[in-house]
Amino acid sequence: MATILLAFAALSALTPLLTRWLSIRVFYVVALLPAAAFGFTLTQTRAVSAGEAITESIPWIPALGISLSFRVDTLAWLLALVVTGVGALVLVYCVRYFSADEPALGRFAASLLAFAGAMYGLVTSDDIVVMFIFWEITSVLSYILIGHYTFKRASRGAALQALLVTTFGGLIMLVGVVILTVEAGTTSLAVIVADPVTGPATTWAVLLILVGALSKSALVPFHFWLPAAMAAPTPVSAYLHAAAMVKAGLYLVARLAPGYADTPGWMPVLVTLGVGTMLVGAWRSLRQYDLKLVLAYGTVSQLGFLMVVVGFGTRDAALAGVALLLAHALYKSALFLTVGIIDHRAGTRDWRQLSGVGRNAPVLAAIALVSVASMAGIPPLLGFVAKEAVFTAFLEAALAGDGWGWVALIGTVLGSVLTVAYSARFLWGAFGTRVTLADTALHPARWDFQLAPGLLAVATVLLGPLVFLLDPVLASYADTVPGVGDYHLALWHGFEPALAVSAAVVVLGLALFWKRRGVARLQGIVPAYVDAGQGYGYTVRSIDRAAARITHFAQIGGLPQYLSTILIVFVLALGFAAFVNRSWPDQVVLWDYPGQVAIALTMGIAAVMAARVGERITAVLLAGVTGYGLVALFAFHGAPDLALTQALVETITIVVFVLVLRRLPQKIAQRNRPVHPRRRAVIGVLVGAVMGTIGVIALGARQAPSIAAELPRLAVEEGHGRNIVNVMLVDIRAWDTMGEISVLIVVATGVASLLFVSGRNTVVPRLRESRKLRSLPHRRTVVADPAAPSEGHAVTRQSWLLAGRTVAEKDRSIMVEVLVRLLFHPAMIVSVYLLIAGHNAPGGGFAGGLIAGLALVSRYLAGGRYELGEAVPVHPGKILGLGIVLAVGMAVVSLFFSGIPLESAYFETTVAVLGPLSFGTSTIFDVGVYLVVVGLVLDILRSLGSEVDRQQEAGETEPRSQSQQGAEASA
Amino acid sequence: MSVSLTLVIVMAVMYAAGVYVMLERSLTRVLIGFLLVGNATNLLIFIMSGRPGNSPIVTGTAADAAMADPVPQVLMLTAIVINFGITALILALIYRSWWLARLGDEGDTLTDEHAAETFASTEESFRSVTEDEAASQEDLDASERGTEHEHQHGHTGERGDPANAPGEGMNR
Repeated sequence: MATILLAFAALSALTPLLTRWLSIRVFYVVALLPAAAFGFTLTQTRAVSAGEAITESIPWIPALGISLSFRVDTLAWLLALVVTGVGALVLVYCVRYFSADEPALGRFAASLLAFAGAMYGLVTSDDIVVMFIFWEITSVLSYILIGHYTFKRASRGAALQALLVTTFGGLIMLVGVVILTVEAGTTSLAVIVADPVTGPATTWAVLLILVGALSKSALVPFHFWLPAAMAAPTPVSAYLHAAAMVKAGLYLVARLAPGYADTPGWMPVLVTLGVGTMLVGAWRSLRQYDLKLVLAYGTVSQLGFLMVVVGFGTRDAALAGVALLLAHALYKSALFLTVGIIDHRAGTRDWRQLSGVGRNAPVLAAIALVSVASMAGIPPLLGFVAKEAVFTAFLEAALAGDGWGWVALIGTVLGSVLTVAYSARFLWGAFGTRVTLADTALHPARWDFQLAPGLLAVATVLLGPLVFLLDPVLASYADTVPGVGDYHLALWHGFEPALAVSAAVVVLGLALFWKRRGVARLQGIVPAYVDAGQGYGYTVRSIDRAAARITHFAQIGGLPQYLSTILIVFVLALGFAAFVNRSWPDQVVLWDYPGQVAIALTMGIAAVMAARVGERITAVLLAGVTGYGLVALFAFHGAPDLALTQALVETITIVVFVLVLRRLPQKIAQRNRPVHPRRRAVIGVLVGAVMGTIGVIALGARQAPSIAAELPRLAVEEGHGRNIVNVMLVDIRAWDTMGEISVLIVVATGVASLLFVSGRNTVVPRLRESRKLRSLPHRRTVVADPAAPSEGHAVTRQSWLLAGRTVAEKDRSIMVEVLVRLLFHPAMIVSVYLLIAGHNAPGGGFAGGLIAGLALVSRYLAGGRYELGEAVPVHPGKILGLGIVLAVGMAVVSLFFSGIPLESAYFETTVAVLGPLSFGTSTIFDVGVYLVVVGLVLDILRSLGSEVDRQQEAGETEPRSQSQQGAEASA
Repeated sequence: MSVSLTLVIVMAVMYAAGVYVMLERSLTRVLIGFLLVGNATNLLIFIMSGRPGNSPIVTGTAADAAMADPVPQVLMLTAIVINFGITALILALIYRSWWLARLGDEGDTLTDEHAAETFASTEESFRSVTEDEAASQEDLDASERGTEHEHQHGHTGERGDPANAPGEGMNR
């Protein structure tokens, strides 16, 4: 069974492709699959009729006890036959219904096929959670199928309505499913039903599940979506709204009835709503002029009828229920398909425009006649047999003194009278000949258009007399319902009370049809009852409006308000948690060493001032002071790596800030004066207090010994390094570092894309004849650079830097140039040293990369963007890419050495200056980190430095085109 | 575990100051707040390492016993570099918003200028849903009321291609 479902999934995924190739004939191909499933289910008949169940189970989520388990017993067998059989026929019918140039044919075919698969899964799954998943899949697919005509408003509206109603029910049902599985302690439907649990929680669970079933099967008050869904193509109506989806609710009720029909509330809900639905549907059906809507309201009515029968909870009613379910699937699909053919051939479904259709299409009329007769309960058809069984079961219950038995009997008899009336009206309307109209001209159609409804009608005819074959199989389901009963499905039971009831129903129904003008007048007089459809619309609109109002209320006011909301929630939640906390650290000291107070005081004052000053650069520098304060704390605390990294980062941060802020106004937000200072201060102080408290509590909360104790051994023996921090970064917690450098790459790309508006500029700004400039003879001689400003002695003065002369005279500083010239190369060497030595001493890829970055920053500051281009004549993207390739490469290479990604392999050697060196894959990983950091700094310089320069020089006020920018950059 | 009150207080002060500036509309202020809160958070992790100790570098001597906890240090090292990256990104955002908007003094101020637009588009989508629904209801009503035009229209469209609909051909 799992194989069949897999085949459904695979074939429906392929269907759009096949459609491109086969066009309309794709339906023949896809129909083979449900047909095969039908055949497969038939082979299970012998086992099923012997009362056995075929099961299959694949573990899925063992932690929740959920498995992909399937179980075919009688009920599942019957439903599986219906959904696969009717499914295959409807797919074949589609070949004639659609034209080859139908838009979105592939999507339609795929959805319909997938729907058939989902229905098959729904009826065969034994795990109630898996069943629920299929249940929801059918809801979603029905949305796609009903909304097939995406260009029609009515179609879209109906699709959304069906989706919302059925998923609303599904959501409520999910709650019931969860409660029921918890109460029962299993997710297996078979066990849940065979071994029913009781109690108030179970009662609620069952009632919630019934809400889902009622919404899916379109019972009052959810019935309105079904007629609206007639906006779908006819094959969809025939399949989803007659044979398959609406049967899901009935199936679930039938499935649960043997165990839970005596749950409090079950009987009143199902009988009253069922009878109510049957009467409302039939009454409205009598008013329709559109043949498809006659059937749609008729279906609503029949679903109510079926719900009463399958939910009634006696053995005989259960037997009658499954027989009626089969009969309904056969005749209603056939009728929908017939209407589709009439619509197709006559061009209308309004019966007032039809005349002589029966005369001119006799085969079609015969199919309809058989199906309508079955619907009305005329012998010797299957519908008659089933209805007879229903009346007998209800009569028995009623005579046994069951009050609900009387309600069910009288209600369904009345409903059946109306059913006969609208059945007759349908037949007369569709096929009758009206004297005032000329015969409707019928478009010719191929004979096989009638194949699907024809076969269904044949089944209706044959199964009436041959019902004794079906009886023992269906009885094995009915026998699971507790209570006595020995009814057998048969065409002839002798002159019984039920036969008299059936006869009376037919006579009264025909009388109603005979007096149809009177009925119509009566319907005109009866005021329109509350329309559930309008109630739905009102509900949905109010929810929409309320949501919009809440959104407008909560999400207006920009970033500060959102942030305030988050922070206030944070303060309340964590403040409460801190308030009830009872664990405090064993020891609170005022300070670890006196110097700490001095550092902390500086940091605190700087932080408060940074929050208050109005000038950008002052604020940035003050924020920087807190950073340098951290450097001091780290250094005194025994964290050299941190101190080094923090110092480097703080320096580069300030440079980058200056690069950007030089173009922004000096003062912050002059027009928008800061607002609500008091409120902000209150939130700030509260957050600070809560964070402080949490910090103290967190220290006291530690109970297990720190993992730090084990780290020195791990670092030396496993990581071949003495600097624990570095070993952790490149080895023990290397995945973490991998994630981090990925973030850095994203950030670098983000910065570049924000500055290089019209595409990532791939040209590095270079000097003309840069190779010549580097050659020895030019080192000391003065070369007139055309790119240099010609005024002053810029052209004649010697430059210490390659691109020194491109900088305007007033911006040049000979001292800076000399310093940069002298320090750049040593700095690069130090950075490489830190990178290599970092495994055993403070340093590593991050620190090394930052030093190299800082060296590049100095080149840029001294010589401008051409100098930067000359210093690193490669695109930063390539450096970033190489870095991540190295890191990922090491992760992959380790697989060959040890089998675990990022596990290191080593060889040891001693190198002069650097000392004993253990070179391993982790070192290469660190080189990757180094390159990513260098690439990040370079990308930031190129964007916030060079590109901002260029934009400033160009005096741009408007964004420029790509070509202009490209020309500019290559100049 | 022991805790230094000085460090806790300075952390709280930095959080308070950071949040105070972060709640302003100016992006530069938000960034300064981000820097302060970022440093405060590093301090929080730092406090978790307890009392000061020797550098977490294995020497193989007795000094190793008094080593500071290296785990928070590793977490902080990554945090510091990520902080730097995010700072650069926000700076680029500030520059870009200023350059695009050229708002002069309020160049880096956030405004909710799209509120009206959002409102209008919400209304529009509500209206569209309501109309879809009304159209669906209209089809149902038409079948009972007996007006035919809506009806006819309804299903010539159904086959998707009105030109090929057989009904049209018939009425010629």
